[in-house]
Amino acid sequence: MTMEHTQSFRFFNRGPSPVVRLIFFMLLSLLLLFIDARYQYLESARKALSVLAYPFQRLVAAPGDLWRQADDFFVLQGNLVHDNAQLRQQHDVDAAQLQQLQVLQAENRHLRDLLAVQQRADYPMQAAEIVYTERDIFKRKLFLDKGAQANVQAGQVVMDDHGIVGQITRVYPWLSEVTLVTDKDHAVPVQVLRNGLRAVVFGSGDTSKLALRYMPISADIQEGDVLVTSGIDGTYPPGLPVARVLSIERDPAYPFARILCVPVAGVDRMRQLLILSGLPKLPERPEAEVETTSDKARKIRRKKP
Amino acid sequence: MSGQLPKEQEFLLPASGLFIALSLLAALSLNWLPWSGLWLALRPDFVALVLLYWCTHKPYRVGIGMAWMMGIFADVADASLFGQHALAYSVLAFGGIVLHRRIQMFDLRMQTLQIFPVLLLAYAVYAAVHWQLHGYVAWGYFLGCVTSAMLWVPMSILLQALRIPRTDPDNL
Repeated sequence: MTMEHTQSFRFFNRGPSPVVRLIFFMLLSLLLLFIDARYQYLESARKALSVLAYPFQRLVAAPGDLWRQADDFFVLQGNLVHDNAQLRQQHDVDAAQLQQLQVLQAENRHLRDLLAVQQRADYPMQAAEIVYTERDIFKRKLFLDKGAQANVQAGQVVMDDHGIVGQITRVYPWLSEVTLVTDKDHAVPVQVLRNGLRAVVFGSGDTSKLALRYMPISADIQEGDVLVTSGIDGTYPPGLPVARVLSIERDPAYPFARILCVPVAGVDRMRQLLILSGLPKLPERPEAEVETTSDKARKIRRKKP
Repeated sequence: MSGQLPKEQEFLLPASGLFIALSLLAALSLNWLPWSGLWLALRPDFVALVLLYWCTHKPYRVGIGMAWMMGIFADVADASLFGQHALAYSVLAFGGIVLHRRIQMFDLRMQTLQIFPVLLLAYAVYAAVHWQLHGYVAWGYFLGCVTSAMLWVPMSILLQALRIPRTDPDNL
């Protein structure tokens, strides 16, 4: 007994060996990965840690902000006058159009009342500013400066003045994470504005491209067609522009046409964005075997050689 | 250390805990700079480099546990899944600790060749987790591995220089 004891005695107790530690921490990481990927239990821990990291993130972003502010400050007076004149002119044009719009809205409301169609609501919006862009090459994500403190909720839609930019996927106390429409496999249900053809547009992982998948070769689609949200699954409000068709390849060897689109919104340009809230609640979907779109997409892709 | 040049063998200050923590914090901040576009693909992983430096030079101070903690922080800041960076950094730290005697035998340029496979392994682990969960891999991601390895020499020189004591404390 005592012999064994002396043999195992070590001068410097260094704790468990690196292999044991590696296995322990790998198992811990895999466990966390599994929990985080399958369930939502770790969101509170993530929030707590993000509060810790927040000051450093702001500190690191500070030089860029300062540079931008200095850049804004030193603007030529001539440019300002020019911009001002242009904006004034634009304002006059817009005001005239707005007058017409009000008339049209009133008329439309009247007609809808007559048809007893459910009113399309005006959605409350709040403006937010981009704090960080994506830091991970795999993903197309942004962080906005409005979070749970400003009643932002996951699932809300983010747009700029031209169209849909993305969707809020995670909310921190002072930040919210937006997944862009160009994120790989991010799906948006759309309609072709010209003829009402329904489709689903997918992100391609490239900031400037979207893909319209699973459209038969004979589908009535032309270059330059505008795709607007159809509002079918209740996540996106109907009628917001999403993309414009850029090119169509109809190869008879494949069952589907290869259709590339460009996002209408400045997905990688704007700095101020709008967060839409108060989407209408759709009635509960009837119970059925439901597959999420991403699962479906993956299955179909794996089937192809 | 390298026995070939005894003249250049310098006395280094013992690395204080504060210095290690500050260097890791600086690396995290560098990773959090607003990189975008091509620069994002070329961005070296500063945290991985600094972790690897400490794991090879002070394996009993900075180990797998520390690497794991840094990984969790990186996961929160990058909004990646919990454990994704942590797993990669744990593997990286293990590689550093296993190779630490071997790496200290070589000069800096040779060290770069030695640490490159370790970095590549860590990058591959991260990409493999991503592939398992999302079903695709962005190959441009591995470019960062090359730039990281190329940054090993300047970073080692910098950290080494910060640990050399002033020869004359009165001399500015």
